[in-house]
Amino acid sequence: MKSRRLWTGVAALALMGATGAAMLMWRPAIAPIERPQRFDAAQVQRGARVVEAGDCAVCHTRPGGQYLAGGLPLVTPFGTLYSTNITPDPQTGIGSWSLPAFERAMREGISRDGHFLYPAFPYVHYRRMTDADIADAYAYLMSGPAVDSPAQQNHMNFPMNIRPLVSFWNLLFLHGDVLTPAAQQPSAWNRGRYLVDGPGHCAGCHSPLNLIGAEQSGEYLAGGSVDGWDAPSLLGMARRANPWRQDQLVRYLRAEVVEGHGTAAGPMLPVSLGLARLPISDAQAIAEYLLSLQSVATVKEIHADATNVAATDQSPGALLFTSSCAGCHASAAPMRVIDGRPALAHTSALQSPSARNFLKTVLEGIPAIPGEPGPVMPPFAASLDNQQLTALASYLRQQATPGQPWTDLSSTIEAMRQEAK
Amino acid sequence: MTQLTLNVNGSAKALELEPDMPLLYALRNHLGLNGAKYGCGLGQCGACTVMVDGQPVFSCVTPCAGLEGKQVRTVESLGSAERPGPLQQAFIDKQAAQCGYCIAGMLMRAQALLEQNPHPDEQTIRQHMAVNLCRCGTHLRIIEAISLVAGHTGSAA
Repeated sequence: MKSRRLWTGVAALALMGATGAAMLMWRPAIAPIERPQRFDAAQVQRGARVVEAGDCAVCHTRPGGQYLAGGLPLVTPFGTLYSTNITPDPQTGIGSWSLPAFERAMREGISRDGHFLYPAFPYVHYRRMTDADIADAYAYLMSGPAVDSPAQQNHMNFPMNIRPLVSFWNLLFLHGDVLTPAAQQPSAWNRGRYLVDGPGHCAGCHSPLNLIGAEQSGEYLAGGSVDGWDAPSLLGMARRANPWRQDQLVRYLRAEVVEGHGTAAGPMLPVSLGLARLPISDAQAIAEYLLSLQSVATVKEIHADATNVAATDQSPGALLFTSSCAGCHASAAPMRVIDGRPALAHTSALQSPSARNFLKTVLEGIPAIPGEPGPVMPPFAASLDNQQLTALASYLRQQATPGQPWTDLSSTIEAMRQEAK
Repeated sequence: MTQLTLNVNGSAKALELEPDMPLLYALRNHLGLNGAKYGCGLGQCGACTVMVDGQPVFSCVTPCAGLEGKQVRTVESLGSAERPGPLQQAFIDKQAAQCGYCIAGMLMRAQALLEQNPHPDEQTIRQHMAVNLCRCGTHLRIIEAISLVAGHTGSAA
């Protein structure tokens, strides 16, 4: 009698557990609709700005591909994902999505047909956007040209190839409501925080991720990494040894070359080009918010004046600077004199505790982007070997921050060469 | 001065060079290989492009130091005026040169692509060649010439 009651209890619990798990891992489809044809022109225009602020095209357009038609590979520690088509094509895009379906995807990471989207799509941030912004973005996306471009097969590793498991990830990490303005802060600060935490999803790269790819709580904007680049901490930027002023940060955010810091490169380059297309008040708001953030850790960067390459300096690094870099980066180089480009010693890449961004820039250069102004730098991956890179980096680091050498240069360079393969 | 042995177009050359000399100067001034040209000296135009271990590099910003043990190849290795190589012949057939200053660099960048990928499509060719500039504006003919060797006619007009 007793054991039978026990078994009934166990069975009931198991059933409840299974039902709970099924409910957790199952989402209904939202009925397809005919693609809406008419939107208010002003709303579409507002939506264009939201889509730009959300950097949608940065991931949803592949190089050489059609705008927003997807296909960009995203290499994650859990496998490779391909961004999807978010043009209003009814079969291969989001043409049959209603606004509620779009909003559910943006806030909960669920596709119209009910399948779970991977968190590489930053719905943890987009859920903090206002209803109006999401509706405007929807209007803009649905008004664009439809492109027939089917999604590519993802290559996710087990068990992450099982989409319903994302529901457990969501249970742990999907929280946060629509951002509401903080009453005691000026409106620009509030706008900045909204752009940073909502559409801009800055923390997606600038916060460290935990083992299952979620932003670590308590490490908000404390620095992360993306595609082999160091995404520096955005905390305490105003109080560093090499501090950021508001006007410098605004110009940096808008893809300009900034005295004392340098220019956006790597994954930040398309982001800054996007911000440059938005009203300057948006970059100003982001700068105001970011510069208000305090650092918990003390930053040990030391500002050093640029020293010219002494003619007598025969160290290997100095010789390499003369043969490979001086044409553009020596103090008398035309680019410096005419264009007012900053001394290398002042750049954030050489001031950073991590050598990665300096090395990445030297290895890969800064490619020209068709139709965009901006600095161009040739890649040196095939021109300099690891020993030369080490010598050059040590030499320039010594000029930028005397007495604080990068200690792990050889192994970092070796690792980066492997990553590039 | 430093003693260096560079392997250029398959033969070893012992040289005495300034320790910070870029490869372009050694090729032109010390080895008499004048195919690669000095354009901007900043790695921005591509007229100086040669191959190092199969990769295209801007020789004006590539230091000689560090090239020991690597294979340097210049346009002179592709053929001669009397016996042009297949890529050079295609450039002639398509009349891809106007003033010709950029052509040695164009040839070497294209050669590097074709050795890695013998049949690149036009999009790949365009992407690969984008860093080499031609002031005369013969890019479309250059793309046609490379497409010819790649085994298709190319759609560039």
